[in-house]
Amino acid sequence: MPTLTRDHSDWVKVDSIIESYDAKKSNLIAILQKVQEEFRYLPEDILTYIGTKIEGLSPATVYGVATFYAQFSLEPKGKYIIKCCDGTACHVRGSMPVYTSLKQRFGLEDGTFTSKDGLFTLETVSCLGACGLAPVVVINDKVYPQMTTDAMKIIIDTILDEEHSAQ
Amino acid sequence: MGTNTININIQEEQQRAEESIKAQGLRVLVCNGTGCIANGSNDVIAKFKELGADVSILTQHDKVTIVPTGCHGFCEQGVLVIIPDLNITYVKVKPEDVEEIVDSHIRQGKPVERLLYTSPRTGEKVYKNEDIEFYARQSRTTLKNCGEMNAECIDEAIAKHAYEALAKVLQENNPEAVIQEIEKSGLRGRGGGGFPTGRKWRFTAANRGGKSYVVCNGDEGDPGAFMDRSVMEGDPHKLLEGMAIAGFAIGSDEAYIYVRAEYPLAIKRLRIAIKQAEERGFLGKNIMGTDFNFEIHIKEGAGAFVCGEETALMASIEGERGMPRPKPPFPANKGLFGRPTLINNVETLANVPDIIRKGADWFSSFGTETSKGTKTFALTGEVNNTGLIEVPMGTTLREIIFDIGGGIRNGKKFKAAQIGGPSGGCLTEEHLDLPMDYDSLIKAGAMVGSGGLVVMNEDTCIVEVARFFMHFTQSESCGKCVPCREGTKNMLKILEKIVRGQGEMKDLDTLEELAYAVKEGSLCGLGKTAPNPVLSTLKYFRDEYVAHIKEKRCPAGVCSALKVIKIDEALCKGCTKCARTCPVGAISGTVKNPHKIDQSKCIKCGACVAACPFKAIKQA
Repeated sequence: MPTLTRDHSDWVKVDSIIESYDAKKSNLIAILQKVQEEFRYLPEDILTYIGTKIEGLSPATVYGVATFYAQFSLEPKGKYIIKCCDGTACHVRGSMPVYTSLKQRFGLEDGTFTSKDGLFTLETVSCLGACGLAPVVVINDKVYPQMTTDAMKIIIDTILDEEHSAQ
Repeated sequence: MGTNTININIQEEQQRAEESIKAQGLRVLVCNGTGCIANGSNDVIAKFKELGADVSILTQHDKVTIVPTGCHGFCEQGVLVIIPDLNITYVKVKPEDVEEIVDSHIRQGKPVERLLYTSPRTGEKVYKNEDIEFYARQSRTTLKNCGEMNAECIDEAIAKHAYEALAKVLQENNPEAVIQEIEKSGLRGRGGGGFPTGRKWRFTAANRGGKSYVVCNGDEGDPGAFMDRSVMEGDPHKLLEGMAIAGFAIGSDEAYIYVRAEYPLAIKRLRIAIKQAEERGFLGKNIMGTDFNFEIHIKEGAGAFVCGEETALMASIEGERGMPRPKPPFPANKGLFGRPTLINNVETLANVPDIIRKGADWFSSFGTETSKGTKTFALTGEVNNTGLIEVPMGTTLREIIFDIGGGIRNGKKFKAAQIGGPSGGCLTEEHLDLPMDYDSLIKAGAMVGSGGLVVMNEDTCIVEVARFFMHFTQSESCGKCVPCREGTKNMLKILEKIVRGQGEMKDLDTLEELAYAVKEGSLCGLGKTAPNPVLSTLKYFRDEYVAHIKEKRCPAGVCSALKVIKIDEALCKGCTKCARTCPVGAISGTVKNPHKIDQSKCIKCGACVAACPFKAIKQA
């Protein structure tokens, strides 16, 4: 959903990102990556803003690029982003049962990827290049090698415990 | 043109670097590639460092230095620790093992036996590094330095001859001779196509004069391949030097490395390497005091397989959607920002410095008649030793799987090897003695591709694998060419139907028809090769497709829709555990009476099978 009102400080952030890449059209992907890092997703109003701010771009072009690449998300993501590698090596060594067990645990319908409490986002990626350790799961930036459904259950339990005790 | 005087004495630099390495005393090499980091290599290094202070006083060595290195290739056995004094490789090292290594090996010179590699074939411990069968049969040249040095320290690379070849070409100052040497070596593109590298350089060099670019394709998108990642992480200077030599040969002063976003460590180490090389005058303005300038930028990808295609990759560098465009014009004439562009992949460029330094004849002494040199393969799947290997072109599949790979895991039977990722094909038992080179593989209906080699055993359903690849290419199709966009979608639909047990025999004909339409009607490599996995599995494993269609049976027992889960009423005690476990409420029954599964509700997840304490639930 586009946010109609946004803090002035947000726009200052976006401006400084655009300037740090010399407001150049060829740096659009890098700019979007930085924006996503800052806001955890690409808010629609910011996309439109970038499209008007950089010479040679239009909001439509920016939207086109943002929707083309798998890395970009137009929806807010969860606090923990779980990437199940489903590259060939992981696939033949059983990445799908791990993925399915997580999907069931988070109660995700087809087409939704973030749990209702906003804690977890579940994604698949094509290959993380850690094929020797298949199947691999990455949670935020930590790589978990040779995953099984049981091991995954313990990892998620631990995260939930930490979350509860933090509250 | 005449020779150049360069202001760097590379031999002196090498000597200095070697001395500083010698002064480090005993170097304990701890693998710090992506794989080993996942296995905890940072903790192992921290533990070594924690214990390191007193080591230097008590040990028989004057000094001990812990060196985090690039990938050794044997990722599954990580964390790997190599201690060169006894030439020993320790495998699966955990932080808690470090103290014993320090006490026993480093202080007393006694190897820690329990941490040695055990040969799956003989069951015996292997002492010497070169006796580990995984390494014994390899010829590591491109990957050689990766496991032996700290990639974040340029002196270590210099001690291993980095920038020696660049110094040579700058001194000789003859770009034509460089191109001739690459042509003579017979090097062909390692990214998939196998186009002669020297010829590509010559085409681009023909446009010498104006602005031109060198682009390194580091968008290693094929699932199951990670050799480029290893080079970028483990020996980045080799790549940078190869790019600079290419730039000199074609008359370019600016370059881009396009790295996929999934490789954050590679991006970090490349950035460090570029900065260090610039500080030493090996990159940047007036390199080694000559008038040759060469600046390298890094561009991060954002997750699109099609960007591995050269024209799509350039569109992505320009900040656009990564969609391919028709060729000609070829990049050599009109590429990045409309200028002549030389585009090579990581492994190809990493071969260049050694060819220049050791000569084309050295390089072409490896390999076969038409495929020269060595090739890296990412050996994964159901083999005992998985990891990254490098062998001469023309090595047979049998040597790779059974000698280097140590055979199939758990004594199972070899079924097929999928080579070349989603663009490649399947090789079967009849291909075990096929030499792995560009031309033999094309003849067998596969391709070297980037070198991903996924081994499958009898428990792998080949139809499911074909569906998996089609799902991949379908979702990665950029949508520009209708045959690719719609064709892959419909091929996927048919394959999904077949694995659900709803296929009909005529579907196989439709599949083949669509496959050829997609191949013919697509602009770029993605579409042209997307049907390959289907075509090659249809050719070699047609009976498995037929079993799914006619008998509604999955011979490997993988396809869940074709599984039936049943409760044996004689064994069921009515404990209700299965009914409580079932995630979809498909099991009904009352306490102490046999339960039943409603097959229309059952999703075949197998949770009940695992939960039943009486082994009364079976999957057929």
